[in-house]
Amino acid sequence: MTATEFQPAKTEVRQPILQARNLVKTFGRVVGLDGVSLNLYPGEVLAIIGDNGAGKSTLIKCLTGAEVPDSGELFVSGQQVHFKRPQDARVHGIETVYQNLAVSPALDVASNLFLGREERLPGPLGKLFRVLDTKGMRRKAKEELTRLGISTLQDVTVPVENLSGGQRQAVAVARAAAFGSKVVVLDEPTAALGVRESNQVLQLVRDLRDRGLPVILISHNMPHVFDVADRIHIQRLGKCAATITPQSHSMTDAVAIMTGAATA
Amino acid sequence: MTQQQTAGPPAAGHADPAEEFLDRQTPLSRIRNILHRYPALSPAIVLLVAVVVFGLLNERFLRVENLSLITQQVSVVGTLAIAQTLIILTAGIDLSVGAVMILASMVVAQLAVGSGMPAPLALLLGLVVGLAAGALNGFLVTRFRLPPFIVTLGTLNIFIAVTLLYSGGSTVRGSSMPGLLTWMGSTFPVGPVRISTGVVMMLLLYIAVAFILGKTAWGRHVYAVGDDKEAARLAGIPVNRVLMSVYLAAGAVLAVGAWIQIGRTNAASPNAGVDLNLDSITAVVIGGTSLFGGRGSIWGSLLGALIVGVFRNGLSLAGLDVLYQTLAVGVLIILAVSIDQWIRKVKS
Ligand SMILES: Nc1ncnc2c1ncn2[C@@H]1O[C@H](COP(=O)(O)OP(=O)(O)OP(=O)(O)O)[C@@H](O)[C@H]1O
Ligand SMILES: [Mg+2]
Repeated sequence: MTATEFQPAKTEVRQPILQARNLVKTFGRVVGLDGVSLNLYPGEVLAIIGDNGAGKSTLIKCLTGAEVPDSGELFVSGQQVHFKRPQDARVHGIETVYQNLAVSPALDVASNLFLGREERLPGPLGKLFRVLDTKGMRRKAKEELTRLGISTLQDVTVPVENLSGGQRQAVAVARAAAFGSKVVVLDEPTAALGVRESNQVLQLVRDLRDRGLPVILISHNMPHVFDVADRIHIQRLGKCAATITPQSHSMTDAVAIMTGAATA
Repeated sequence: MTQQQTAGPPAAGHADPAEEFLDRQTPLSRIRNILHRYPALSPAIVLLVAVVVFGLLNERFLRVENLSLITQQVSVVGTLAIAQTLIILTAGIDLSVGAVMILASMVVAQLAVGSGMPAPLALLLGLVVGLAAGALNGFLVTRFRLPPFIVTLGTLNIFIAVTLLYSGGSTVRGSSMPGLLTWMGSTFPVGPVRISTGVVMMLLLYIAVAFILGKTAWGRHVYAVGDDKEAARLAGIPVNRVLMSVYLAAGAVLAVGAWIQIGRTNAASPNAGVDLNLDSITAVVIGGTSLFGGRGSIWGSLLGALIVGVFRNGLSLAGLDVLYQTLAVGVLIILAVSIDQWIRKVKS
């Protein structure tokens, strides 16, 4: 327990929107998370960095219901929660883009955007026969993509498998951004993207923050992280090595902490 | 089909901005993309060609009596193919569809004839049998995460044994049954054609399932689960619930299939339909549904069932031995799977 310099929520002026205490997650012998705590405050971008296998993805999976931690506690706006599956987190307004891109390749863009929360037609057709409002969802999908400035996706009826890697990523990010009402979590959203698309996603992250939505952003790209993050959580060997800010530390410092060459 | 090689909007279709994302290098890859988008297209073409060729080979083939006979011959396998399609769409496979149907048909017949139960009640209990069988398969697949192939191979044998134990191996003849049980075998004239109630029932099931698959959230979730289970789970779809409901729905369809089978064969026999399992899979595969799950259309399966029926009928009218029918069906299966593999390459 080296990294438990964290303060209980009461003493903070602001209440964290999302708070994790001492999360532990093991996979057989492998320790994915070894007692990690994390606070996410309103209107901030919290970056999570760390080497491969440091437990970044496992951490956000435990925060978003994709994995159930072995032990540890989770609070949303001060209320303790127990997420058993991803939809539990979604109900609390937490939207996630997972690293492995949780999109369904054969379904079209609009279907993917609304996957798991399809909208039905108004009136008896929708109520009685549960008919989907396909047209409405397509229209909204288009509006949402335009609003988010994702202009490379003109046609929302294309199967996602026909899109380029970057466009697929845009679909996943758009889905999270469109439906996240409390927290948006992005696990390496710029990994497959070109420069222009990366900047678009980073701008999107800033826009979300400006709308008051806190964002958790995992990235290996230090310039990106130092560009958009308000605070940086450094994962190392399943633990939180330090939480720094772009003002308090340089990129070199961050990398040193990440690799264990220095401590905060 | 006579599209110019030059780039430009498709001849008849709407100008599709989607095309800008599609690989449009060669006419071949363009065909591939079209087949990819409309999986029922290739079986439709095959069926059309088969009907024309067999019609030319033997003028008796295209007579209305013969065509109506083909539809009746197809009604049972066509119904089983509905259940099979649902399961294959989730990247599963059901080897027990035929056995479940026969079990349900024996239960219905024995209850109505042996125990003197009112026919509607017997049919209702047949539905319960179908649902119970589906529940067992679904339970084993979702709870123990066993591959559907193995699960249904096991339950196939269990259901066959239970059927023989329950029926004592004896056939119940249609003449001893109440009229409602054999109703699916009765025919009525539509113009010059005689249509059987069983065919109408099968078509109604197709319409209902096509509607549910295409227009409801459940249908979309079935595709998503078959497409990529983990992605579906992360998107918040209750994967196991969807799988369970698919096996239950399949069981219900099979119970209706049992009713059609009784009418079609005018009997309930525990030894009937050993090859129905494979025929249903054949219909689905020829119909363009991917064995890898997540892609296909229910109408393709109807076309697939019709293709098998047309080949069997047409080849026998052409005076060819039954062996050649089997040979032809075998070739069709391999062709269909090869086309599917080729289409799936669009992904990469
Ligand atoms: N489902 C799993 N089963 C077994 N081990 C796992 C599983 N998921 C993660 N791990 C292990 O947990 C550790 C942390 O993995 P995690 O995916 O969280 O790393 P990461 O920081 O996201 O790495 P990367 O930067 O490569 O994405 C690794 O040692 C990994 O092998
Ligand atoms: Mg990761």
